[in-house]
Amino acid sequence: MAKAVERVNQVTIRFAGDSGDGMQLTGARFTSETAVLGNDLSTLPDFPAEIRAPAGSLPGVSGFQIHFADHDILTPGDRPNVLVAMNPAALKTNVRDLPKGGTLIVNADAFSEKNLDKAGYASNPLEDGSLADYQVHAIPLTSMTLEAVKESGLTSREAERCKNMFALGLMSWLYTRPTETTVEEIRQKFLKRPEIADANIKAFQAGYAFGETTESFAVQYEVAPARMAPGVYRNVTGNQALALGLVAASVKSRLPLFLGAYPITPASGILEELAGYKHFGVRTFQAEDEIAAVGAALGASFGGSLGVSTSSGPGIVLKQEAIGLAVTLELPLVVLDIQRAGPATGMPTKPEQGDLLNVMFGRNSESPVPVVAAATPGDCFDATIEACRIALKYRTPVFMLSDAYLANGSEPWLIPDPDTIPDIGVEFADTPNQDGAFMPYLRDPETLARPWAVPGTPGLEHRIGGLEKADVTGNVSYDPDNHDYMVRVRAQKVAGIAGDIPELEVDHDEGAKLLVLGWGGTYGSITAAVRRVRRDGGKIAQAHLRHLNPFPRNLGDVLRTYDRVLIPEMNLGQLLKLVRAEFLVDAAGYNRVRGLPFTSSELAEAMEAML
Amino acid sequence: MEGTAGTCSISGEVGPVTQGNGNGKLTLTAKDFKTDQEVRWCPGCGDYAILAAVQGFMPELGIERERLVFISGIGCAARFPYYMQTYGIHSIHGRAPAIATGLATTRPDLSVWVVTGDGDALSIGGNHLIHALRRNVNLKILLFNNQIYGLTKGQYSPTSEPGKVTKSTPYGSLDYPFNPVSLAIGAEATFVARSIDTDRKHLTEVLRRAAAHRGTAFVEIYQNCNIFNDGAFDAVKEHQENQIRLEHGKPIRFGAECEKGVRQRPDGSCELVDVAEVGESALLVHDEHHEKSSLAFALSRIAHTPSGPAPFGVFRDVERPVYDELMAEQIESATAERGTGDLRELLHAGDTWVI
Repeated sequence: MAKAVERVNQVTIRFAGDSGDGMQLTGARFTSETAVLGNDLSTLPDFPAEIRAPAGSLPGVSGFQIHFADHDILTPGDRPNVLVAMNPAALKTNVRDLPKGGTLIVNADAFSEKNLDKAGYASNPLEDGSLADYQVHAIPLTSMTLEAVKESGLTSREAERCKNMFALGLMSWLYTRPTETTVEEIRQKFLKRPEIADANIKAFQAGYAFGETTESFAVQYEVAPARMAPGVYRNVTGNQALALGLVAASVKSRLPLFLGAYPITPASGILEELAGYKHFGVRTFQAEDEIAAVGAALGASFGGSLGVSTSSGPGIVLKQEAIGLAVTLELPLVVLDIQRAGPATGMPTKPEQGDLLNVMFGRNSESPVPVVAAATPGDCFDATIEACRIALKYRTPVFMLSDAYLANGSEPWLIPDPDTIPDIGVEFADTPNQDGAFMPYLRDPETLARPWAVPGTPGLEHRIGGLEKADVTGNVSYDPDNHDYMVRVRAQKVAGIAGDIPELEVDHDEGAKLLVLGWGGTYGSITAAVRRVRRDGGKIAQAHLRHLNPFPRNLGDVLRTYDRVLIPEMNLGQLLKLVRAEFLVDAAGYNRVRGLPFTSSELAEAMEAML
Repeated sequence: MEGTAGTCSISGEVGPVTQGNGNGKLTLTAKDFKTDQEVRWCPGCGDYAILAAVQGFMPELGIERERLVFISGIGCAARFPYYMQTYGIHSIHGRAPAIATGLATTRPDLSVWVVTGDGDALSIGGNHLIHALRRNVNLKILLFNNQIYGLTKGQYSPTSEPGKVTKSTPYGSLDYPFNPVSLAIGAEATFVARSIDTDRKHLTEVLRRAAAHRGTAFVEIYQNCNIFNDGAFDAVKEHQENQIRLEHGKPIRFGAECEKGVRQRPDGSCELVDVAEVGESALLVHDEHHEKSSLAFALSRIAHTPSGPAPFGVFRDVERPVYDELMAEQIESATAERGTGDLRELLHAGDTWVI
């Protein structure tokens, strides 16, 4: 008998289990089903850096949160409505985020004395009444999975590992998700082990069927597709979008892409993604270290490639000397910093915005570098192309800032038409530029960029280097006035980019006295909070920076339009320092460094306090 | 070249160049490779001789100047690119092999040369050097070894002899030095040679061989720093009888009268012997193409630092796939298999839906 179907506007589900339980895969599949259904969505994978912390332990818990809705949403949700906990440790670390009355689905089989002990439970929470505030569904997921796949011929260990698919099947039923893509995906994933594919599909279908038949769930939920701009969509993570942006930049500049990278969380995915795009002429180079990675990218740039290096904070600091060299060589170079919590190794899988001042100033002497930042996972595509555009046009290293949240989080992405992506091609120098001679530092009067003459071009042989160069000729120079001039002209070149980027747009309420200014991956949380403030009748203005160096040319005017300025950042006030120093504006910060995205409720509170 | 029993040549042949990589049609001269920049090494520096040798042999490569690139790091030797009328980068300390790797990997049409010193290549840049060697990137690496830090005015280097008294080691250095040739062989280099700044003929021949090698060619050049480490190589310069000239296919002999030779011990190591005592047939016959690197390595251990008889010439010259060619092949085969990448198709990959 079909069960009652209840329509809801939005749901936030968190899958939590042991690192080995396959929670990231489960979350990704549920996301894909949700995307295909047409909901708007936002995801937050939250996993430990350890690949396999001891099974059943608190540090080994891996989580994946998805927020989906029938309308436009901005964040992965502050708190889940539904928590799926595969073991006691997952319950213990996550249940505090579940609001009273929330739905809790637990794998009852995992609540053994041993596992309870590992999670630090003195008594079984499924029996001691401590979960009375929640709607608890204690389901023997493991044993039902084993039963479902018992004829598959798998070892008991392999069979048990299918339990995440049982849970996925159940959740797919509960939220009426389409299942075809998941079945297909499982087949593809285990092409070489069809018996494993079959078992996983059986477990998935058994979970779905269990939902239909069990009396434990009386109601099935439905979330209607969201109304979004028409077009073709796909779901992308920030790292995927970034990799696609690099390929697009290569196509649109007609320059071969060279990526130098050293594996580092959370940036490695970009290297892995691009390594599969060889048919686009992409060369990926897994270097011996971070320095070699950026050095090789710079060497490739000298040779006429689009030279790119990816990393995260600890790798970025190692690259800074070479980036300083790129500043003085005035060659294009794109460096992508997927920020993570620090200092030092910090919390490798957790986001932070702590690298802004490092990318601005973390090199010796006066070495200005343009900086752009991505706002959402899908926006990593556009921000990356913009970074490449600036690097190529102005012959300069450029930083693009993403973070661990954007990198792994995903959202539906309106696939752009390649024909609408602007051409970012540049011309190489091919003839002498002054009285029959080639002057490598004779600048374009408008952009102040120097000519890019690549080896192989007859007659333009020249030497460049890290020693200060004489204006125009590029010869080594210790002349005091020349050095002063060169330092200023390099700064002026970067500052001049302000004329080539859009003005800052403000989402303004008539009568608003408070401006909230953000940058980077906090866009979703800030915007959701602004909506909340407005819903409660507050008047507020919001602006979000794509360009952090140089700032948009109207930023000073915008800031002075408001009585109060609030700058929320996942650091201790880095943009705040820059803004105060640059514009003498008494802005205030809202700063938390918890390794988690801001919740929109905490931001709304901070905004309301300043209205 | 026939080996003649009982003779050995101080100016011994390094061996024939088997292939060139230029078109041979150019008529450039050494002068064409000089720049308008004043050469600023100390008077008497061994670098002048190396520069002259390089500029002197460049024309015979038959490679257009625009296709030659010299990349250096930091140190006295690193000023080299400023004096070569080719493309060049004077980069940062130790990183030249990394930068050159990016260039060579993307531009197989270029002839890329790295000029480095003992501090640059073996201390701060040691990691990049060994990885370039193992990858077999198409680079020619010239290591000017003067066993001292010159540009920073006289601190001991990673090739200085133990106990070296310098400004930074007034009580003598505690470090055990690298033997650059041993290091390169251990790092899976496919071409390893040694020469000396003052022997232009030998140096030129070694450079020719290096230029002809496909993959990374590593050449250690003993170079005198007459300011901070004068006479470091006198044991082999002032006493040419100490130069053990390696010639492929010949028994290894040396000495003023070729009276000495090299014999391999049962444990694989090399020892110096009197030919009269052991007979020529007991001598080790040099095989620079030997599949295993053990022979070349054993030869490199004859002298850890040049304080007595030391080998010169090509230690090892073997073929192994070249990094940039392998990468180009992967791109070609991926393109052949999947067709030239289409951006629209790429953006639409995976699960998509229409609204």
